[in-house]
Amino acid sequence: MTKVTMTVNGKAVSKEVSGNTLMTEFLRDALHLTGTHVGCDTSQCGACVIHVDGKSVKACTMFAAEAEGAEVVTIEGMANPDGSLSVIQQAFQDHHGLQCGFCTPGMVMTAAKLLEENPRPSEHEIRDYLEGNICRCTGYHNIVKAIMAASGQDVSGIAAE
Amino acid sequence: MPKDHGIGAAQKRREDVRFLTGAGQYTDDISVYGQTYCAFLRSDVAHGTIKSIDTSDAEAMPGVLRIFTGKDFEGIGGLPCGWQVTDKHGEPMKEPGHPVLAQGKVRHVGDPFAAVIAETLEEARDAAEAIVYDIEELPAVVNMKAALEEGATKVHDDLSDNLCYDWQFGSDQTDVDKAFAEAAHITTLELVNNRLVANPMEPRVALGEYNRANDESTLYTTSQNPHVIRLLMGAFVLGIPEHKLRVVAPDVGGGFGTKIFHYAEEAFVTFASRQLNRPVKWTSTRSEAFMSDAHGRDHVTKIELALDAENNFTGLRTDTLANMGAYLSTFSSSIPTWLHGTLMAGNYKTPAIQVNVKAVFTNTVPVDAYRGAGRPEATFQLERLVDKAARELGVDPIALRRQNFIDSFPYATPVAVEYDTGDYVATMDKLEEMIDRQGFEARREESRKRGKLRGLGVNCYIEACGIAPSNLVGQLGARAGLYDAATVRVNATGSISVMVGAHSHGQGHETAFPQVVAEMLGIDESMIDIVHGDSSKIPFGMGTYGSRSLAVCGSAMVRATEKIINKAKKIASHLLEASEADIELKDGQFTVAGTDKSVAWGDVTLAAYVPHNYPLEEIEPGLEETAFYDPSNFTYPSGAYACEVEVDPETGRVEILSFAAADDFGNVVNPMIVEGQVHGGIAQGIGQAMLENCVYDENGQLLSASYMDYAMPRAEDVPFFQVDHSCATPCTHNPLGVKGCGEAGAIGSPPAVVNAVLDALNAGGMKVDHIDMPLSPHRVWKAMQG
Ligand code: FES
Ligand code: FES
Repeated sequence: MTKVTMTVNGKAVSKEVSGNTLMTEFLRDALHLTGTHVGCDTSQCGACVIHVDGKSVKACTMFAAEAEGAEVVTIEGMANPDGSLSVIQQAFQDHHGLQCGFCTPGMVMTAAKLLEENPRPSEHEIRDYLEGNICRCTGYHNIVKAIMAASGQDVSGIAAE
Repeated sequence: MPKDHGIGAAQKRREDVRFLTGAGQYTDDISVYGQTYCAFLRSDVAHGTIKSIDTSDAEAMPGVLRIFTGKDFEGIGGLPCGWQVTDKHGEPMKEPGHPVLAQGKVRHVGDPFAAVIAETLEEARDAAEAIVYDIEELPAVVNMKAALEEGATKVHDDLSDNLCYDWQFGSDQTDVDKAFAEAAHITTLELVNNRLVANPMEPRVALGEYNRANDESTLYTTSQNPHVIRLLMGAFVLGIPEHKLRVVAPDVGGGFGTKIFHYAEEAFVTFASRQLNRPVKWTSTRSEAFMSDAHGRDHVTKIELALDAENNFTGLRTDTLANMGAYLSTFSSSIPTWLHGTLMAGNYKTPAIQVNVKAVFTNTVPVDAYRGAGRPEATFQLERLVDKAARELGVDPIALRRQNFIDSFPYATPVAVEYDTGDYVATMDKLEEMIDRQGFEARREESRKRGKLRGLGVNCYIEACGIAPSNLVGQLGARAGLYDAATVRVNATGSISVMVGAHSHGQGHETAFPQVVAEMLGIDESMIDIVHGDSSKIPFGMGTYGSRSLAVCGSAMVRATEKIINKAKKIASHLLEASEADIELKDGQFTVAGTDKSVAWGDVTLAAYVPHNYPLEEIEPGLEETAFYDPSNFTYPSGAYACEVEVDPETGRVEILSFAAADDFGNVVNPMIVEGQVHGGIAQGIGQAMLENCVYDENGQLLSASYMDYAMPRAEDVPFFQVDHSCATPCTHNPLGVKGCGEAGAIGSPPAVVNAVLDALNAGGMKVDHIDMPLSPHRVWKAMQG
């Protein structure tokens, strides 16, 4: 067991972990931040995407110990300080970009990173960027649309909802 | 003006707030005090005799509390099949035992034969690896045709062979024979409906908790129907009376059918928690899901269509082999029969239809319902066949369909169902408008200039939702009723909890159901909450599958709300000192007709719970009503779908350029949710057509056992979809006039995609009759080479 210290959603946390504790396990089991989901065991689904030191990372691919000293943001840290939905989250609700909600935290985290890197992505750029995230429910239509809307683009021409 | 509340409004979903902020509560998010962890040891061979299992080393490992094997389940019930099919000779289907942990033999890769309970998950997994076992591998039977041959390896020693049932259904043999004998043209097609894995993004989880003080068990599970699981597990497997068993299915991350069934792991954790007097939790890994979630589809079919000299359909005949896998999953037996055979007429007035199905045991994971269950298989066969017939006859495929459409309702098909209403011409008209069919040839030419082959594929579909009625399905072999239930509990100040038997795992019930009640009462949706998913809180309902939530449970909710309105009017008439017959309810106010005397909803509800000025001698206090609704028929959504593709003649790579769906869902409560359901279904259908395939090798090894090998559709694999549901012919027999929309996309899209690719190839001068799904570049390229 080693002690790790990091900032998660703006709060300092310090816990004992074993060397092979995955970041997903650390967040879910030790910190009870269960918004980060585990959908696969081959790092293919993207349900576990979080931000670590400003990079988007699949939390199932890193050990908690690797996040020593890091600045971590999870879905629980994405809403506005007053608790209201952030622009991206609101766009997902407005455009029905989620159904069962299981892939959603990963989708929101990926979308946030995309919009940081590319504030006005095209449809193709969005679909390409979502390569590491699987959604089984929505057919992606409304996810892509929500991300375009969150970037301030007019989506009224893309099939009504 | 689109409505902004009530029935027909595209209301934003209230459940989204918790899902978008990480505050949802899925089963794996639940941890209970003192919980232990379970790891299953699963067979790595498809077929074998269990010679020995030595758990002694593993038992001594740190944290290990107990190890169970099949021996611990001797004398305990196996997993039941919920539907008994009678074969064409009047014999019941063969029903082999399905023990919770394998006894004597393992019969598919993934068959669990031991389970470790330990203090931590790692300890449980380590100990499972340390179990020493000797399983003597036996020859496996994977291919259905081989499984039916004389002398084939038997999946179950106690059965005479691998044939579960040989089923026949439809018109008189003589009528079918005559249609084919007199036909001017016969089109024949052999095709495979590829085996799929449902893959909801949330893997299954089961957490069993036992309270010795009152002898009660609670099971938290990723299920689509908590009461059904309670009944099956309590009555058939573990023998626990229902009042001692609570089943909770909280937020569930997608189901698509695969979470309907009662699984071994659910019974196991419930059983083990009682033995240990500790909670036991199991969380499936994705790899485990591939070999323990029931698979879908897996049919091999020969189908024939007889046409007269005017191209009218006169007869249809099918022969299907349906893979059951190694055991009968909960509803597996009903899929290729009652949910497939009865839809074989499709949208067409074919007078003579015969459906033959042989269900076969093989050494593979059990197969059961997956989005659409039976209807996608029927639609794929029929719509591929009609397209082939059109090509052979040199006629336009849309015109051939239109000519044969059923055009008057109600219509009794030769395969026993009566379509109450529909308008197939209208959906086809709508579709043609959506896809700019006139412009297609110019688009094709443009593609040709770029060296690409462009194709347009069209098809239609009919589906049956809200499987019912109970007395009919009972005659057909169902071992459960198929009604649903709702309780409307009005609180003193007028807010409402509606407890429903339906279960939401992505369908947005928490938003759509209140829209109905709010509209009926004329109050605001925000006053209404939906309670679902906990057998201790909801009335005995049947859960959600087969697009039954609104059509069946929603109808129960309407009936219960009607009872509420009736009683509330009685109370209002007392408060207003008027005759009950004169009381009207509008916009949340009870008024005396023709006067300005009124009392508000909240005053009436308060009077019901604070009955000071109240006719106690005439009516009981309180305002809470329950209704059970058993539909008189299925509902029949239908539609027409189109897909445009471009095929690269160099590589066989197919790109989907556009996809359009015109559906008739009857009345629509929340159009935004309905469109989302169609989108999701289309993506799964495109997945089946283009990418997804569950593959075994000849020894029964599962080759596609993770997302590395099983190709899930990703954002780049699909286009934006065009969806329309304006061609509504309301269902005639339920109070909402709704039909159901959840499966449509998955039913309607595979033939549209395949028809489009074949159109592209044939227009490019290649004569290709059929390619089996998924249409990988390799398969398409091979087909192009002739
Ligand atoms: S759980 Fe991390 S990618 Fe699937
Ligand atoms: S919303 Fe269910 S997996 Fe994306």
